[in-house]
Amino acid sequence: MANSLKPDEARIDGRTANQLRPLLCTRGLLERAHGSARWQQENTIVMAAVYGPKNVSGKRENSERATVEIIWKMKSGLPGNAEKEAEVIIRRTLDYIVLSAMHPNTGISIIFQVVHDDGAVLACAINAACAALVDAGIPLNGLIVAVSCAVTTNGVVVLDPTKAEEKNFRAHVCLVFPNRPKSTVAGLPPPVAGEPAEHGIITCLTRGAMSVDEYMTCLERGRAASVKISNFSRTSLEHCQRGYEMLNA
Amino acid sequence: MSQDEGIESATGAKDVASSMEVEAFRRLFPVQYIERYLDASVRPDGRPLGRARPTDVVLGQVPTTDGSALVKLGNTTMLAGVKLELCVPSGESPDQGRIAVDFQMPPICSPHVRPGRPAEDACSINEQLSNVLASAQLLDLRELLITSGKSAWVANLDIYCLNADGSLFDAALLACAAALTDLQIPGVAIDDDGKVQIVSPSGDQDQHMLDAEKVSDESKSRRIDKRRLTLGPVPVALTCMLHKKHILADPTAEEETYLQTTVTVAMDSSDKLISLYKPGGLIVATTSTIMDCIALTRIRLKEVNRILIEAAQVKAGD
Repeated sequence: MANSLKPDEARIDGRTANQLRPLLCTRGLLERAHGSARWQQENTIVMAAVYGPKNVSGKRENSERATVEIIWKMKSGLPGNAEKEAEVIIRRTLDYIVLSAMHPNTGISIIFQVVHDDGAVLACAINAACAALVDAGIPLNGLIVAVSCAVTTNGVVVLDPTKAEEKNFRAHVCLVFPNRPKSTVAGLPPPVAGEPAEHGIITCLTRGAMSVDEYMTCLERGRAASVKISNFSRTSLEHCQRGYEMLNA
Repeated sequence: MSQDEGIESATGAKDVASSMEVEAFRRLFPVQYIERYLDASVRPDGRPLGRARPTDVVLGQVPTTDGSALVKLGNTTMLAGVKLELCVPSGESPDQGRIAVDFQMPPICSPHVRPGRPAEDACSINEQLSNVLASAQLLDLRELLITSGKSAWVANLDIYCLNADGSLFDAALLACAAALTDLQIPGVAIDDDGKVQIVSPSGDQDQHMLDAEKVSDESKSRRIDKRRLTLGPVPVALTCMLHKKHILADPTAEEETYLQTTVTVAMDSSDKLISLYKPGGLIVATTSTIMDCIALTRIRLKEVNRILIEAAQVKAGD
């Protein structure tokens, strides 16, 4: 597969550089879980289940806040450092929205099951977690939206890369932004340095080398795409049915 | 510490009793304690906000390894060593050797680490190190090849954290880079059957064989002399802590415990961004914050490159 792309050239799956894969979000699939969600970006599918607030004991218990525990289950194989790192990143990312101080001395477990990994799996998992937390009714101070993009060898930025694109292209980035604040609690950060609050970066993770300019392009594209995804996620959450589909995002 | 006394006397604290109160304030209101310093554009240890701690690199501290380095970043201490082993290259990449990174945090390094399963931080740093070394062009794995498809070196790069006082990733990456600059690949003799024998630098003692069979006829074999790697631009990382409007470069363990949001930028001297790592946290980073962190990393990169060159000169002078 080619590892470079002309700016107007179609990608291997026919998408343009700026096009996301079709999104699908279904909530409440699991009966025993307090909240669950399945987030799908075409072939990348992650299920998330939320249990809690529930009892915790021992050193996990914190008298000031709820302890958030993340468990990452791969499709197959034994978990290694990469999975541990993903758990750490997701926990710290969710710290930004979970109002853990409302349920002290309890624990919230979020379990991820990768159903299929075709690129951008971390972004998919974070979006699934956000939907599952809403489904479980855990108090949040807002929503977050995760987006992934990749940089080709000749410096073109493409959104929502597949596994093959992540592997062949020079670098890829996973970004998490706050969802546009609409009706959330007061006290949201005011615009900083002329930038709206939803442009703030909660989480950023890069793989591969890129120039600073290329990174800035990724940020810009990521922010533009995050508006689309946050609109989708908001509509999907507000929708009376628990499943909602958006084709050709 | 002399800087601490300077701050205390500046705020009117002169005698022992008020210095006790400062200590109590530090314990009871750690965040406010740090903020009081930050508002005066200084850190509790006397540094300006954007400056990293004094850094020391000593090469070749562990004679049993093929390359090693001891790095001190303030009180954070990392010991890295590279051990080379012979291996058969994998079928996917017959022209490459391998590098295996292992970062360890033994219980000696911090009160928060217990023996047993590796700490969460250790797994995370290990993964980051592997990713940065794979993204950077520091080491060309083709240089670890001996004969295509038959034998190559696997470089086992082990990093031990001896004292965890913040910015562990920065120190660990510097230790990796320093140990690789110190790495010397031993000479090998290859016989007609492609069997590889390590030529010991000190003579005939301590000779290993890939196979149990000895090379009987030296004249038939091909020799590769001992050599050093030609390394690409060295990636340098700088961890910055975000707190309100402040950006604190190279935080200590105390600052990391109480301020929480970090951004780690790794760059190399060709001005490439190797890694930008912000694992969540309570504060969002704006574009200007990211640019500031990148600017601080560029300054740090020059400092660290100078320190590495000096360390190599000291080693060569021995």
